[in-house]
Amino acid sequence: MAKIKLENVVKSFGAYQVVHGANLEIDDGEFTVFVGPSGCGKSTLLRMIAGLEDISAGTISIGGKVVNDTEPSDRGIAMVFQSYALYPHMTVRRNLSFGLEMNGNPKDDTARRVALAANILQINELMDRRPAQLSGGQRQRVAIGRAIVREPQVFLFDEPLSNLDAELRVQMRVEISKLHKQLRTTMIYVTHDQTEAMTLADRIVVLRAGHIEQVGTPLDLYDDPANQFVAGFVGSPKMNFLKAEVVEKGPGGAVVALSSDRNVRFAFSLSTEVNAGAPVTLGIRPEHFTQPGEGDADLTVAVEVAEHLGNTSYVHARLSDETVVIEQPESRHRGDGQHLTVGVPARRVFLFDQTGNRLR
Amino acid sequence: MLSRNRAAYAFLAPYLLIFVTFWLWPIINSLLISFQNTRVNPWRFSLSANWGRLFVDPAFYNALYNTLIILVIQVPVMIALATVMAVLLNSPLLKARPLYRFAFFAPVVVGEVAYAAVFRLMFSADFGIINKLITSVGFSPVSWFDNANAAMALVIIAITWRWAGYNAIILLAGLQSIPDDVYEAATLDKVSKFQQFVHITLPLLKPIISFCVVLSVIGTMQLFTEPFLITNRGGPGGGTETLGLLLYRQGFTSLNFGYASAIAYTIAGLAVAISLLNLVLGKEKK
Repeated sequence: MAKIKLENVVKSFGAYQVVHGANLEIDDGEFTVFVGPSGCGKSTLLRMIAGLEDISAGTISIGGKVVNDTEPSDRGIAMVFQSYALYPHMTVRRNLSFGLEMNGNPKDDTARRVALAANILQINELMDRRPAQLSGGQRQRVAIGRAIVREPQVFLFDEPLSNLDAELRVQMRVEISKLHKQLRTTMIYVTHDQTEAMTLADRIVVLRAGHIEQVGTPLDLYDDPANQFVAGFVGSPKMNFLKAEVVEKGPGGAVVALSSDRNVRFAFSLSTEVNAGAPVTLGIRPEHFTQPGEGDADLTVAVEVAEHLGNTSYVHARLSDETVVIEQPESRHRGDGQHLTVGVPARRVFLFDQTGNRLR
Repeated sequence: MLSRNRAAYAFLAPYLLIFVTFWLWPIINSLLISFQNTRVNPWRFSLSANWGRLFVDPAFYNALYNTLIILVIQVPVMIALATVMAVLLNSPLLKARPLYRFAFFAPVVVGEVAYAAVFRLMFSADFGIINKLITSVGFSPVSWFDNANAAMALVIIAITWRWAGYNAIILLAGLQSIPDDVYEAATLDKVSKFQQFVHITLPLLKPIISFCVVLSVIGTMQLFTEPFLITNRGGPGGGTETLGLLLYRQGFTSLNFGYASAIAYTIAGLAVAISLLNLVLGKEKK
């Protein structure tokens, strides 16, 4: 187990900078998830921790030791790749033992570690097969097994479930979670899937365009997003953003009206200064709408499409030129243009300025 | 037959006609000719005139010996060299890669006569650059064209120069199909570059290497250009005469088509047998 510390870590490819001074501390035994859209630098950051990419500036330390110039194999890490990266010509057993064999590890210790990993991952009956004879899920288990036999201080996962189908993904997600509980090793997991991030992480690191946007527990990010990007990225279906305007400004607060329906107004207590007439964005999650009359304001929308999932429904509706998604338990809307009125509780509404920063 | 098929065959007919006349018929006819004594007029059936002669003809054994020597020395050396070249070409450290790729492939596109002439000049006993280099480091000059062993070495050097790059390009394609993350995984497993080459690259490249060996065996069995143009028609004194040259000499110098046909079939048979042997030996164990 080891603590990981990133200080002002920068990565450039030529003149193009992809990671801009990342600062982060990951505790012993913590399960941290790097999440963000494609190209946000999350995999690059992981590969820098692994030593597969050079660090352009800054320092990375693992277990209190700066590892900038340490060989990947000497950093005490093991990595699971998105494409599994198994040795195609070797049996599962050899895939697990190969690294140890090449380093002259004693045979009986190698056998013990391989057997232990096989037991943990329940791949005992696959040991004499080749990767081509395994399903995607089985290959991923072998890839994880290969990481386990190294007995690393830190596990790194680079989008390990992306190549699996939806059902298997859920199953493997649970297994990785169990594995973490069993091994209690520091794990860093990269994904673009916010559901994976929310379900697996002790702490989530949200990245965008090479910047760390917010670090926090899954519920921190859900309940208290730092900005519009994090608010939109965390939660499914994503948060609704509606254009609005500051109509009244008072001491320690403001009244905001929706641009599409100026009768819908909310009063916010704010510590930041806003000007009357300033354009702002209101954010409300689909699951936070209430019955009409139960919120601080009612909103009437025209239903376009309703997706019924059984226990709940997602109503896609229009509010002037904006689209709103509303979660409705036991809804029977057919989505044929009929009107729907819902309540909006002000305490569930987030306020963002024009640059996307949260107004509190 | 469907009218659609008839139209298709009508379009194919010109090609099929040419194929049968100039390809299929000569192959069949040469087999028939190989069973005829073509040194009498009119030709008549004889098993011993050609096939029988093969077993007792010292010229045939000499050509077979030369061909197999070239095969046994040149093919492994060239494939090993090509593999090393391919690995170097595949290195991310290499700059101007397309230039090297072209340079390695260029010998194949150079005209055979031109390349032979350049080799003859380079290895010329009196004023060739090779002998100049050899004497400059204190060794005595080599008579590349008068000494049978030296001539054989010259042929092997020439073929290797010509075809190593070609095989390297084929092997490079194979190397590029091995995903990078397999090597990254090995790096994280603390597997050294050399161990990666031996335990990952070579096993994964085996089918491609096998393919290159088969191509080279077929090529060497038919070897003609180099001993004909560089070492003066298989000289000195038949020292570099290959099966391909013997075939040419019998067919087009002595006009003994029956014997030449028997040699041609022997070359084809040997190439198939050696290639099959290679495929069987290289087959993955299940």
